[in-house]
Amino acid sequence: MSNLPLPVVNQELFDSVAKWFCEIPHSATLGFKFVSGERGLATMMLDYKPELIGNPKTGVVHGGVITSLIDTTSGLSVFSRLESPEAIATLDLRIDYLRSATPGLPIYCRAECYRFSRQIAFTRATAYQDDGKDPIAYSVGTFMRDSSKATIK
Amino acid sequence: MELIETLLAGKEQGCTDYAAVIEQIPYAKLLGVEMREDNGELLFVLPFKDANVGNTQLPALHGGVIGGFLENSALLHLMWARESLEVPKTVDFSLDYLRSGRAQTLYAQCEITKQGKRVANVVMTAWQDDKAKPIAVARAHFLLTQDNA
Repeated sequence: MSNLPLPVVNQELFDSVAKWFCEIPHSATLGFKFVSGERGLATMMLDYKPELIGNPKTGVVHGGVITSLIDTTSGLSVFSRLESPEAIATLDLRIDYLRSATPGLPIYCRAECYRFSRQIAFTRATAYQDDGKDPIAYSVGTFMRDSSKATIK
Repeated sequence: MELIETLLAGKEQGCTDYAAVIEQIPYAKLLGVEMREDNGELLFVLPFKDANVGNTQLPALHGGVIGGFLENSALLHLMWARESLEVPKTVDFSLDYLRSGRAQTLYAQCEITKQGKRVANVVMTAWQDDKAKPIAVARAHFLLTQDNA
């Protein structure tokens, strides 16, 4: 019964961060879009674009694109549990590439902040395309809370 | 010419700037990666540009840019070292962010820690002002054969 959804803790904060995370120069360059959020969870996606190719022979998207999407979505999942604005910083991100992304298809990432302590937030994330049961990458991450005096709006 | 051919032809000719290689990788071109050879060592350079910003308030480079730049460096390093004749496949990638990436040039170098028949372990270091003060370190395993993982 623990998987029943709840709304994000601070909807206004979460919505503004979700919007901001898509407008960040690098996110906009890659084409990130916000999909959904609930307490402890966030989903973002990006469409396939030729500029994102890492292997010219196969047309497969570069791993760096998936790293960016996972980092951003994992960070957003932390914000789904925040009561008030604060800056967070990625400490560590570990990604397993389970299989190559299929060229032409959008990539989704669903991230969960599964442990939220006073100083550290722990996340896990899955990147997938048209089949959530056959993911392209799985990741775990840790984030430092309140990492900077420059708080996030 | 294919990517690996361009890379190895450049190496044969003692070329120090591998712009023709980067030209063939759309994502590396998008980031603005430069690849150079200096005293027999490979150096990857990422001049600052606005499109790579992840935090406009600090401002800081996007964590994904740092990760992508490092992963790309390791892939090219493996091909340059002739450890793989195809673009290797990343099996896993583990990245520690040590300092925030400021709005200035980012450098990276790679070291092949362990070289097996099918899998290589590579350690990557990214720094800005001082190589002794890295902003991120990463380690990864790469599959060198063409088999699907």
